[in-house]
Amino acid sequence: MEEQSQDDGVSRRGFLLTSAAAAALAATAENPRPAAAAATAAPAEVVEVALEVNGKARTLALDPRVTLLDALRERLDLTGTKKGCDRGQCGACTVHVDGRRVLSCLTLAAGLGGKAVTTVEGLAEGDRLHPVQRAFVACDGLQCGFCTPGQVMSAVALIEEGHAGSEAEIREYMSGNICRCGAYQQIVQAVRMAKEEA
Amino acid sequence: MRPYTYAAARSVGEALERAGDGSAYLAGGTTLVDLMKLEVVSPAHVVDITAVPLRGIRRGPRGLFIGAMERMADVAGHHLVAEPYPVVAEALRQSASPQIRNMATIGGNLLQRTRCGYFRDPATPCNRREPGSGCPAVDGHNRSHAILGTSDACVATHPSDLAVALTALDARLSLRGAGGERTLRLADFYRLPGGTPHLENELRPGELITGVTVPALPWARRSTYVKVRDRRSYEFALCSAAVAVHVKGGVIREARVAAGGVGTRPWRLPAVEEALRGRPMRTETFEAAVAHAADGARPLARNAFKPALLRRTIVRALVHLAG
Repeated sequence: MEEQSQDDGVSRRGFLLTSAAAAALAATAENPRPAAAAATAAPAEVVEVALEVNGKARTLALDPRVTLLDALRERLDLTGTKKGCDRGQCGACTVHVDGRRVLSCLTLAAGLGGKAVTTVEGLAEGDRLHPVQRAFVACDGLQCGFCTPGQVMSAVALIEEGHAGSEAEIREYMSGNICRCGAYQQIVQAVRMAKEEA
Repeated sequence: MRPYTYAAARSVGEALERAGDGSAYLAGGTTLVDLMKLEVVSPAHVVDITAVPLRGIRRGPRGLFIGAMERMADVAGHHLVAEPYPVVAEALRQSASPQIRNMATIGGNLLQRTRCGYFRDPATPCNRREPGSGCPAVDGHNRSHAILGTSDACVATHPSDLAVALTALDARLSLRGAGGERTLRLADFYRLPGGTPHLENELRPGELITGVTVPALPWARRSTYVKVRDRRSYEFALCSAAVAVHVKGGVIREARVAAGGVGTRPWRLPAVEEALRGRPMRTETFEAAVAHAADGARPLARNAFKPALLRRTIVRALVHLAG
């Protein structure tokens, strides 16, 4: 692992994927739990799902336990959507399904046949950022940036829902997106700016 | 998450057919997927009912009918809900987050599980999750726990805001199972924990909630939901009050009062309702009426503030309705 991490040209994500695969192998060799679980439940099955992601038709064959979040990140290589808590408490994984903002960590991919998913990668038109993305840049609506894709997806939906009327309303309707850096003031400013442009 | 088999149903009949021992229905997923990840629940079979057409929000002879698969956000914003029953819309709008309200269904909301930290952590005992294993909350971290309807086996609160509003309005559930259809008052649906906290409600194996009926109550236009919590938004209630009043000539003719965050199930307060009836709509009446609101409460080491908070929350709701 140390050698790999020192190799030039190995991206952080590539490295993490390699490490994760190694860890998974180790788990199957030494950890009896998956076998025990398989004994009490039917063998893992595969569900085929045809959906649209950022305007492109995609078909996936998935274990029915796979969430939309993991399908996006691990199968479709759309890593813009972030895994924060993975328990529906932080909003970092917010995406749109059929135009509504939802938490991809609590959405099973198996149930999304025929649905249209939009992630943060689907907002810009070529090099031209979405007005909400431009506003986040202009207002410095982030510090570390990890929650930003979720904040942006929520903000886009919030403006479309008509809930960006006042600062108090923006704060209330952005409350499903936690920012541990505390960039809330700038996030609210960004939503207001984007709303003016919309 | 433990492995399970998955099937999507397109109709109630198909859903009932596919359900069986160890199966779970998947609606919005905001409770089930969360608890499957925590391995608090591990169904062998998941029946996805998101395509089952249990939809519709409509006025009928028996009141307002809401299909079980309607999403919280859609119900909160619907004119047939928001105008005649503000308490329902306000309870929904103060629940969870916009994303969760876009996903979670009305049926699922009523079946959500307690937020007790011990229930959610399979590494600790919990009589609700594992009958007979014990209740660490009784002597542990119990600041958010219940003071009414508790037992030595369980002191967990029911977490739904909507259920509190619907209990105040005397809503009824439509249920469908292999044995046919039946209706049940929501107030009779939830069980007290007693010695069997794992039996949370009257739902039979494989039975589905198909809808909720809120009886017509013209004076419920004057109703509200007050929710007190540790942060302003996206948080469960420490205490909440669903209140409706029928006032004529400055006198309270009828009242409905239910509380959340304090009971092991949504807690209707008939004694407070009775004490309001026939009295002038003013603060002195409210203060007197809530004096016995927490009678019978069993506060725990860390939530001794709840009886007073309960009284004040109800008064705040009444003052709001008087204003």
